[in-house]
Amino acid sequence: MENTFTQAFVEAFRMLAHLDADVLEIVGLSLEVSLTAVALAAIVGMPAGAALALHRFPGRQPVVVLVSALMGLPPVLLGLVVYLMLSRSGPLGVLGLLYTPTAMIIAQGMLVLPIIIALSQRAIAGMWDEYAELMRSLNVRGWRLIGTMLYEARFALMTVWLAAFGRAIAEVGAVMIVGGNINHATRVMTTAIALETSRGNLTLAVALGVVLLLLALMVNVGVYLVARLSGDDKAVTA
Amino acid sequence: MRVFFLALLAFFAWLGAAVAGESIILQSTTSTQNSGLLDWLLPKFEKKAGIRVKVVAVGTGQALKNAARGDGDVVLVHARALEEAFMRAGHGVLRRDVMYNDFVIVCPKEDPAGIRGTKDAALALKKIARTKTRFVSRGDDSGTHRKELALWRAAGVDPRGESGTWYLEAGRGMGATLNMAAALGACTLTDRGTWIAHNNRGDLTIVVEGDPKLFNQYGVILVNPKRHPHVKEKAARAFIDWLTGPEGQRLIAGYRLNGQQLFFPNAGGDGKGAHDGRDDPAGAADHQGQQPAEREFRGIR
Repeated sequence: MENTFTQAFVEAFRMLAHLDADVLEIVGLSLEVSLTAVALAAIVGMPAGAALALHRFPGRQPVVVLVSALMGLPPVLLGLVVYLMLSRSGPLGVLGLLYTPTAMIIAQGMLVLPIIIALSQRAIAGMWDEYAELMRSLNVRGWRLIGTMLYEARFALMTVWLAAFGRAIAEVGAVMIVGGNINHATRVMTTAIALETSRGNLTLAVALGVVLLLLALMVNVGVYLVARLSGDDKAVTA
Repeated sequence: MRVFFLALLAFFAWLGAAVAGESIILQSTTSTQNSGLLDWLLPKFEKKAGIRVKVVAVGTGQALKNAARGDGDVVLVHARALEEAFMRAGHGVLRRDVMYNDFVIVCPKEDPAGIRGTKDAALALKKIARTKTRFVSRGDDSGTHRKELALWRAAGVDPRGESGTWYLEAGRGMGATLNMAAALGACTLTDRGTWIAHNNRGDLTIVVEGDPKLFNQYGVILVNPKRHPHVKEKAARAFIDWLTGPEGQRLIAGYRLNGQQLFFPNAGGDGKGAHDGRDDPAGAADHQGQQPAEREFRGIR
């Protein structure tokens, strides 16, 4: 067993050192899909989260609870729902999106959307006591209030993005179903690991897992550095 | 909001179209992928025909269901009864035999059920049930799972009553099931191709092989373009012709791992008894998917 792990680390560093073309392609697609999914979900989810934190409207509480519950949505269930939508026999079948990276972005985007909404809401609600008076005195309200608070909360929101990114890049159930794990088309890190495991190539599978971890580490370090260069690392490290 | 949503959809549709190019989707089984056969064959076809073949590897049952929904152009599977039902339902318009190999029963070396060398697969399963030796079933409606259930029926045993005790339904692909059997010290039924290619066999070894009931025929099917107009019929036919033609057949025969041939080409029948006159005893009378290739079948080992 120990041997497998040692070999796996050696293999992982060999992959990285040689910039193995197949591995690079898989890493690239993983990043492309998960980053795009998180970015799109953030565009929709952050204002929605801020609105839930800042505005009182009828039905707000049930929405908050529902969004919170959806954070636990099993990726494989979401994948199945997206598959049924995008399948040629499904309502969006004419778009021909099944088994494309776009389908994977849609699935992962929907997967992380509740996380971004719920965590943004909490981040902004936590800051609101501090800002409420100032905003009222400046008469900032509506969309401007949401925009201002999102800006003020930007460092806390980085943590939200990282949480969402972590969920997206680590997920296998949804991308397997809607992407199909097609070589040179829709194969990402997690589905490649699943495939190599099923081929009995356990060392290679663990090596890919090491690469995936390094990837996640790099993204986190990147965000941390951005926060630090901006002169505020409390939000990220806290 | 609605406009935004529609714009987003249009953007995605454009993205989808941009990456498409000339390609077909092949719904296939985990055995053809896990054995490495498709990785060996497809680049050669792609180079020659300029058509990308995108493989979705799932169990035979799921492959046929996906294809019935229109999510694929070609199907390459191995469960004769399911394939024929698929054709009867009008989901496919053309079916051809492609190749065969055989199934084997693998158990831990110490042979806990005492079945090593048994020539009758059903009798072997009966002994596994009697000794309550752990057996991992695919349990995923795949071609291999179908074959296994047929063997249990032949043995007169209904193992599903014992599910969760000695009979374990994995619900996974062939390779993952072999991993489980190796880890648990259990027996399982596997196609020989995946077995030869599998790198994590643990203590497992072949204990039963050679029963004609273990014959494993693969067929290729064109998804009905009339029912699913987006099916790329021309490219799909080109692939089927190549796979069942001289070059594809020669390459299938040439795929070897560890000095062993994994699949044996036997195209030439369209499943209705047709024959193209080549020296091919297998395809000719292959209606039940059992007897025809027996002569060659005995030569696998």
